[in-house]
Amino acid sequence: MRRVAEWATTATLAFVVFLVLASFTGRWGVWAPEELLAGAIIALLVGLATGRLVWARGGWRLLQPHRWLLFLVYLVGPFLYAMTRANLDVAWRVITGRINPGIVRFNPGLRTDFGRTFLANSITLTPGTLTVDVDDGSGDFYVHWINVRDPSPTADAVCGPFPGWARRVAE
Amino acid sequence: MTGLIYAFLAIGAAFNALGAVALIRFPDVYTRIHGATKCTTFGSIFSILAVAVYGIAHGGGAGGTMAVRAFLALGFLLLTNPTGSHALARAAHRSGIKPFRAVVDRLEEAGHGPRTTDHGRRENG
Amino acid sequence: MIVALPFAAAGLAMLGFILVCMVRLSIGPTAADRAVALDTINTLVVATMVLLGAAFDLVVLLDVALVYALLSYVGTLYIARYLERGLA
Repeated sequence: MRRVAEWATTATLAFVVFLVLASFTGRWGVWAPEELLAGAIIALLVGLATGRLVWARGGWRLLQPHRWLLFLVYLVGPFLYAMTRANLDVAWRVITGRINPGIVRFNPGLRTDFGRTFLANSITLTPGTLTVDVDDGSGDFYVHWINVRDPSPTADAVCGPFPGWARRVAE
Repeated sequence: MTGLIYAFLAIGAAFNALGAVALIRFPDVYTRIHGATKCTTFGSIFSILAVAVYGIAHGGGAGGTMAVRAFLALGFLLLTNPTGSHALARAAHRSGIKPFRAVVDRLEEAGHGPRTTDHGRRENG
Repeated sequence: MIVALPFAAAGLAMLGFILVCMVRLSIGPTAADRAVALDTINTLVVATMVLLGAAFDLVVLLDVALVYALLSYVGTLYIARYLERGLA
């Protein structure tokens, strides 16, 4: 039962991505019937092949719609702001050449794969930090910090509000 | 609309240039990954957004297709770029490259440190 | 035929940035530096293709950009794996 649910949801997601990709290409309406048929078959194959991998460690909660809304709010709000600041920060460091780097460790307390991926990608794109390694067992993040202020910092000192967002959106 | 497109194109070109300069100017591989990933992702997002706005303003089937595919490309870049740079950073550390003038290196202390392979050594010099 | 000049100009500028990245690709000094430069060039090539797709009004170029983005990501992951532990 669980196996069927896994590949059915994966195939549905693949089909939705195909619908987005193929929109505006049909003769009638938005999609063409032959393309819909081909897309459905390929989505089914993709679901059968990858369903077990996608939901391997607790990703079911990502299917709740309020998380998608929160994700959009996150993208246009705190993420865009932090990314702009990150780029201006890099510009300033390129001009002045002033760096004080090091690799620090902290534990944000995330448990699922999706949450950790979300936080690692956010850390990489926000000011002064770059995820180098994540310990699979304990959930420790090893982060290359371009301006080390504290050799053993807390999660808040390195990446501010992002662990909270990761917990809300992806865990 | 036209003003928005010009603004997005200018921001995109400026930050892509910054990424290329950061790649040349920073002293070691980790700081280069910092500069290159952040700036080219940001710049490419704005370049692609300019194309999406152009497609929406164009309208019709062709413009709609252009906008949809531009947004898909944007999503892929946003997802794959940080992941790829994270993989490169971990590979660099495991192949034995030390961070330049690092004040602290917890990863090496934790024993995930460099394994001895030939790939991390300097090739010339 | 070029139908949107600003996009063509931006694409041309992008080619210039790719040349700058190629300096790092050729001087190294380590294999990881070259891999980073290659990854950056891949991102810039995707952006260039999207811009030129708008400049020449060819939606096909945007499809190529999508496929290039995904394949170059797989290539980067494979290079990283090779740097970690050889061809295994």
